[in-house]
Amino acid sequence: MTLTQQVITIALCALGTMATRFLPFLLFSSRKPTPGYIQYLGKALPAAIFGMLVVYCLKNVSFLSGSHGLPELAAILVVVGLHLWKHQMLWSIAGGTVCYMLLVQFIF
Amino acid sequence: MNNNSYDNLSSRQNRQKIRQAARQAFPPTIPIFAGFWFLGITYGVYMNVSGFNFLYPLFMSMAIFGGSLEFVAVEMLLSAFAPVQTLIMALMIQARHLFYGIAMLDKFKGTGLKKIYLIFGMCDESFSINCSAQIPEDVDRGWFMFFVTLYDQIYWVTGAALGGVLGSLISFNTEGLDFVMTAMFVVIFLEQWLKEKKHYTAVIGVLASVVCLLICGPDSFLIPTMVCILLLLTLFRKPIEKAGDMI
Repeated sequence: MTLTQQVITIALCALGTMATRFLPFLLFSSRKPTPGYIQYLGKALPAAIFGMLVVYCLKNVSFLSGSHGLPELAAILVVVGLHLWKHQMLWSIAGGTVCYMLLVQFIF
Repeated sequence: MNNNSYDNLSSRQNRQKIRQAARQAFPPTIPIFAGFWFLGITYGVYMNVSGFNFLYPLFMSMAIFGGSLEFVAVEMLLSAFAPVQTLIMALMIQARHLFYGIAMLDKFKGTGLKKIYLIFGMCDESFSINCSAQIPEDVDRGWFMFFVTLYDQIYWVTGAALGGVLGSLISFNTEGLDFVMTAMFVVIFLEQWLKEKKHYTAVIGVLASVVCLLICGPDSFLIPTMVCILLLLTLFRKPIEKAGDMI
């Protein structure tokens, strides 16, 4: 690839990203009231999206081979347990991550 | 009081408002700092060993600011020039942002010019914090979300540039540190779950993702998942609205 082709490739990646980020705001202007269905989606989507993002993070975990997803499962249980106990977001995240690092570095 | 001292007073209050938001926005981004430095440095190193100098990860992380696509873009830059395919790939990998935009339509209202940057910098992590954070009443929401987005991008860009400069010189045993992002999304999901009485939408999100992942595999399950979520939310609109379990 020439430098110009590289610049175009990078620009197209940026353009594609920005299209997906800006499109809803361009379609539904803040000056006009948002249609009821879209308002409903806006409220109903976050919980579904967060579920999707958790699965997305775990998409490459293989439950049938290797460590069978055990370190991930154990660390997630630690995160959930810590969070239900202390309700301190940073501690739940740090505790689960340290637990996961110890598991994959020393045990699995 | 003359006009001039009014102006001074209001500009001082304004500065104070911005400083307060800048302070409040930092703690929620700490896990993202850990995750983004790790992933950003990894990305920079990857670009470096693929033969690109640090200016590439620096500018790409500034202009694209979307982790997964940037990793794919390295492969694109190493293959033959294919502009149409590049744009289609970018749109497909980033399609989930359409959902983020719909969810933030109302939350970004009234944020003035900052809105442009809020939308530009709306990666998974910035969206998740801005969508779920309980912003204190006395803190300016627009500036809070602005700083969350800005901090996240600073972490990502500095990480990517650092990785690009250091290249393969660095070796450190951080295996598993990327789990910090998973842990953060689990906590945000859990917080959302605890807020709801019924869990229709959360269950729809997880089930649709798992089923589509099993059928389509890890590289192409996001778009089918989004279509399924949209269909199910539309189909079950009545019971979901009746349960009132929404942000």
